[in-house]
Amino acid sequence: MISQQVIQDTAYDIMGRAAIDIPPDYRSGVEFMIEKEDGLSKFVLQTMMENWDAATEDRRPMCADSGLPRYYVKVGNEAQYEGGPIGIEHALREATARATHDIPLRPNRVHPLWRTDHNNNVGINAPEIDWSFEPDADWIDITTVHKGGLFGTDYRMLFPGDGIDGIKRFFLDTLLSYGKRGLACQPAIVGIGLGGSKDTTMVLGKQAACLRVVGDRNPDPKISELELELKELGNSIGMGAMGFSGKSMVSDCHIEVGYTHTGGMPMSVHMFCLSSRRATARLFADGRVEYRTDPQWFTPYMRRETTSWQN
Amino acid sequence: MAELSEGQKVVRLQVPVSHDDIKDLEIGTVVYLDGVIYTGREGVYKRVIEDGHEIPLDLPAVSNANFHCSPAAAIEPDGSYNVGGVTATASFRFAKWMQRWFELSGAKIIIGKGGMSSSDYRELFVPAGAIYLTTVGYGTGALLGRGIRKVRQVEWFEELGNAQAMWVFEVENFGPFIVDSDLDGNSLFEQQAEQVNKNIESLYQGLKKPALSRYGETDDRNDELI
Repeated sequence: MISQQVIQDTAYDIMGRAAIDIPPDYRSGVEFMIEKEDGLSKFVLQTMMENWDAATEDRRPMCADSGLPRYYVKVGNEAQYEGGPIGIEHALREATARATHDIPLRPNRVHPLWRTDHNNNVGINAPEIDWSFEPDADWIDITTVHKGGLFGTDYRMLFPGDGIDGIKRFFLDTLLSYGKRGLACQPAIVGIGLGGSKDTTMVLGKQAACLRVVGDRNPDPKISELELELKELGNSIGMGAMGFSGKSMVSDCHIEVGYTHTGGMPMSVHMFCLSSRRATARLFADGRVEYRTDPQWFTPYMRRETTSWQN
Repeated sequence: MAELSEGQKVVRLQVPVSHDDIKDLEIGTVVYLDGVIYTGREGVYKRVIEDGHEIPLDLPAVSNANFHCSPAAAIEPDGSYNVGGVTATASFRFAKWMQRWFELSGAKIIIGKGGMSSSDYRELFVPAGAIYLTTVGYGTGALLGRGIRKVRQVEWFEELGNAQAMWVFEVENFGPFIVDSDLDGNSLFEQQAEQVNKNIESLYQGLKKPALSRYGETDDRNDELI
């Protein structure tokens, strides 16, 4: 039985890890990009590396826009946990409020109309908690992501006849729109959602950006190829960090798909940022907790195509 | 410190700055600040300019550097402050308040993310004798957090909340920042964007347009959207 207290304390703990420690996959992705840069773009990326070191040394957030802190929960089908799903949601809201004060995170969450701020990143529909499930498992994975909320995302309904050209154009449009002046805080992991219902398109793209690591490839070889092609296209724009002339726009590109309306090909683009903040913990039935920076969110079960699941 | 590009200079300025301190600054120069700076963004601007509240600081005597920022900071039960990181927010949204803000605050340095348009610089900043410093990369929250020596005061915490309140910081070797706009209103961002724009047409070459168009203010990818 996984206790309420362990859930809350672990959810609290990963908030700090996400805010402070840059994930190694993203860091090495940027190290690789610096090699190809010079001038202002190189100065900017090297300064970001210094910032990550300062954050880890001082145990302070690497970026003060600690975004919209939120959780992704994957529950093993065999997991036993105290308090049920309502208990988990309560623990995650408590953890968010405690972590906001203690780390501290910026209390970004306000009412959209009245701008009321509870100063703890908790409110109506906040923090978001996305659920998924995993067969043959008795653990719970909890991931937190802190992503800024203003720039770098767009949605468009494309049609099958628009083809790969349409995808490339919208990809470029979004990167140019938000890349100028570096509003998207690039170089970024770019997530693309293709298909599904319109809301699913947005969710898939967001998860592709935030829950897959640099170097990870979609298991479908043709999609994997498209990921690499779009990454290359983004880096050929001639734009780098802060929108300065450079080559570092896309540290990786991840595509996730969902079966969609026969007449449509909806697409979303999401850019994560220079402080790609994510941290995951696995809570085991015996009370152990293991930490990692790869959320391993997209499992074969999540990408299943058939009516029933057979591993 | 990160490698400077060719010809790039580094300066350290004491805030409040004088006209002489900033008159020779060139775009692209790296700047570190000492002295006192304050945060102010839409919450403060609305409260002062639209709602008519007095600025609760003696500006510009205390400081003439306005940071478009909300810190990742907390106030402890004993009233002490815990400032983790500080990072800028995108400045272009605040252009509509800047003219009046310059008049009321006497600000000579605006610090933020992403700069403003060069027409804003010419029409608002140049007459006010003000420059714009951009934060680097954006998210150098930890480096900037290190530069904060003390929270001098926090105004309107109850009224505006933690993120929009006016935080007054004593800072030392606070940076790095890059000069985006000098006193003539030149813009580093726009200069860089011109280089990027040269390649845009070739990027779209051969890609056919989607079947369904969109209403929009611009289809010209050379345009800036701010």
